[in-house]
Amino acid sequence: MKQFLAFVKKEFYHVLRDKRTLLILFGMPVAQILIFGFALTNEVKNEKILIVDNAKDVSSQRIISEISASKYFQIENSVSDPSQIVPSFKKGIIRVALIFPADFHNDLMHLHKAQIQIIADASDPNVATTLTNYISAIIQDYQLNLNQSYKIPFRIIPEIRMLYNPELKGAPNFVPGVMALVLMLICVLMTAISIVKEKETGTMEILLVSPFKPVLVILAKAVPYLLLSLINVATILLLSVFVLQVPVRGSVLLLFAESTLFIITCLTLGIFISIKTNTQQVAMLVSLMGMLLPTVLFSGFMFPIENMPVALQVFSNIIPSKWFYIIVKSIMIKGVGFSVIWKETLALVVITLFLFFISIKSFKIRMA
Amino acid sequence: MVTANNLVKTYGKKNEILAVDHVSFSVNEGEIFGLIGPDGAGKTSIFRMFTTLLLPDSGDATVAGFNVIKNYKQIRNTVGYMPGRFSLYPDLSVEENLNFFATVFGTTIQQNYDLIKEIYVQLEPFKKRRAGKLSGGMKQKLALCCALIHKPTVLFLDEPTTGVDPVSRKEFWEMLKRLKAQGITMLVSTPYMDEAGLCDRIALIQNGKILSIETPANISASYPDKLFAVKANKMSTLLRALSKFSEVITSYAFGEYAHVAAKKDASDFENKLKKYLEEEEIENVTIKQITASIEDCFIKLLK
Amino acid sequence: MPEVVIKTDKLTKRFGDFIAVNEISFEVFRGEIFGFLGANGAGKTTAMRMLIGLSKPTSGSAVVAGFDVYKETENIKKNIGYMSQKFSLYEDLTVLENISFYGGIYGLSDAEIKTKSDQLVTELGLQNQAKKLVASLPLGWKQKLSFSVALLHEPKIIFLDEPTGGVDPLTRRQFWDLIYAASDKGITIFVTTHYMDEAEYCNRISIMVDGKIEALDSPQNLKKGFNANSMDEVFYELARGAKRAE
Repeated sequence: MKQFLAFVKKEFYHVLRDKRTLLILFGMPVAQILIFGFALTNEVKNEKILIVDNAKDVSSQRIISEISASKYFQIENSVSDPSQIVPSFKKGIIRVALIFPADFHNDLMHLHKAQIQIIADASDPNVATTLTNYISAIIQDYQLNLNQSYKIPFRIIPEIRMLYNPELKGAPNFVPGVMALVLMLICVLMTAISIVKEKETGTMEILLVSPFKPVLVILAKAVPYLLLSLINVATILLLSVFVLQVPVRGSVLLLFAESTLFIITCLTLGIFISIKTNTQQVAMLVSLMGMLLPTVLFSGFMFPIENMPVALQVFSNIIPSKWFYIIVKSIMIKGVGFSVIWKETLALVVITLFLFFISIKSFKIRMA
Repeated sequence: MVTANNLVKTYGKKNEILAVDHVSFSVNEGEIFGLIGPDGAGKTSIFRMFTTLLLPDSGDATVAGFNVIKNYKQIRNTVGYMPGRFSLYPDLSVEENLNFFATVFGTTIQQNYDLIKEIYVQLEPFKKRRAGKLSGGMKQKLALCCALIHKPTVLFLDEPTTGVDPVSRKEFWEMLKRLKAQGITMLVSTPYMDEAGLCDRIALIQNGKILSIETPANISASYPDKLFAVKANKMSTLLRALSKFSEVITSYAFGEYAHVAAKKDASDFENKLKKYLEEEEIENVTIKQITASIEDCFIKLLK
Repeated sequence: MPEVVIKTDKLTKRFGDFIAVNEISFEVFRGEIFGFLGANGAGKTTAMRMLIGLSKPTSGSAVVAGFDVYKETENIKKNIGYMSQKFSLYEDLTVLENISFYGGIYGLSDAEIKTKSDQLVTELGLQNQAKKLVASLPLGWKQKLSFSVALLHEPKIIFLDEPTGGVDPLTRRQFWDLIYAASDKGITIFVTTHYMDEAEYCNRISIMVDGKIEALDSPQNLKKGFNANSMDEVFYELARGAKRAE
């Protein structure tokens, strides 16, 4: 036990005395949360729209003023010259355009049928769909108001409720995602460097020729990072609640417990990388580049896993952040308890134990 | 206390580099045994096999009665090791490093303090300084303390004085002599031939092979030729002249003097050489007979 | 009066409060083998780095190969050679590739590189190894090759930083044969070493202690002055009181 504590003490000295690493350890999560929360969003706000009004009548003007009043759109230009459309798209000035035909109002009133054209830049299909949906909604709204006075039977009026995130804010999606991503990267990176550094600088040589036990070294290296990462979790949550206005609906204690588990998983992964690599450079490359891509792709927060081919869906099961992302979303946004997320928790436990055992097995007790 | 039996170590994908070539020797309890040879001779590989950091490709070795392959744990628990490069934690202080290693070995600084006292008092004023910020000589002393802190019976010192200036080297060897008085067996490797004379017995090693194992005195005595030290005004011209003299077997620069080897039965060599050098217009010649140093013997064995 | 190729005047380097090199003044003459000795931490390496243009002095002046160390470092680098135990050749390039590379850096034409390569390889007896990777050469050969490569561009002065550390006694002497040959050609050799017998091979030696030059003379005169039998004893006398060995 004394040996273990001596190791832990030494590891704390290493961590706290390395100012640059501390900066990354604490600075990165804060930077990520703020960037994702504020700057990056796929919400629609003040989207520039080009309107070609060939009618210039009552109806078209009404619709245009509805659009103008909404916070989603900002009218870039209201012109009658269709030749403006294509160049504006090409130059990227606008991503959506609305075109009223010349007899819009007349057709609507007398033929009870009028056409309207919405053009969207689908080079980003998600954005295009969102934009066209929003405009359609505004137009539907207008229609409903018009139709108040008409008695037409058998109409279905869907009432849409967006659960957990009625304002469709981007942040609730991002906070769990960033937590999964950032914690993973930091924890893996920190411990990945740890053991390799000792191999590279030669301090491992003396350590090997002593009555030390690999298990204790591994555990001791994880301890300081575990504590520091929990501080990170607290920071992220505080930022989330008070700055990004995303509250924690479920149990904070459960969230911390699950975070602890996830942190341990990542630390163990980092230690495994540390044991298998021989230079700090390679360890860093593997943990940043090697982990970054799979985590971003397969954790489910940028791209839905359900839409991927089956083989990749199966593959995503070994990515710890996939499970953690589900867990955090469930607790933070949906507010559920352990009974719902026990399967995901179990997945993390299994991954952790596996990594722990192969780490111990791979630990080289000799130099060559 | 330490034995090596036909140790072999190869490196490389096809095992083409033979670093240690059937090395056998033994170290007696309480002696200072020197492994003398240049870089690349195989010294570090041998040390790492003794300290169980490397497995021999064939042959075996024992340390304090334990087999290096089967009983490596016992060896690791009892030996003291100072590797070729500084292997302590640079961001930990002198005190912290010492405490750490003491705890790892299940002891405390106090317990074996008298063993390291003489060395540690020199470090004590700097005990709070980070180990990375110590001078080369101080780092050596700290590494030695950490290797001794658990009172090992055998001490392995791999090139402890390499790259260190002559004054610090002298001091270091004085410390080793005092440790010997405490009954610790020491195996030291060094490329410095002059340090060989400070050991009880030495093994000369080159290219993975042992050239000779003896006491320094015996090695000197076994030098096959007569050896002379010759001084003149300019070393380079002197050497050139010597190389042309038929009775000279070898001639090498040794600082101020050139060491000239002549046949053991050569008669009146000094006078003959003096006459020859005068003819060659070499001025201010002094010649005297000397006993061979370890370096002389090593060069002889190399050829 | 022989030509002065290196001249320093109260050359100083400070790191904050710490004075690593403390107003050293000396001259080195053309064709000399000048030994630059001192204990670890005495300031040798720092002083050398200033002379080869790698480090800017805090005060004082120095002129190397006719160029000022403050303003003309690029010219200095073009006119000197440098070799140390740590700096060596590229291990994963062959002997010829290394020669070609360094020749290229110093602006040698292809024809010159070809001539020099042949010359060098023959002189060192490396005909069988010319196309092999440097990593496969024994240390002693690497050092000799390193030295020769440092002389490719025929510099006036060559700086050697502990060139024979850890090398076997025979190769050490072969290395010094190369140094003598270079000196005979008029190249000035500025060498640091921990081998006291090598100090004897120098024309003059300076010994640095705690940032200052405490002795500068020929080996013979130093021994007379300190009543010593060997350079070892001279060095010991001067260096053992050093405070920097802490």
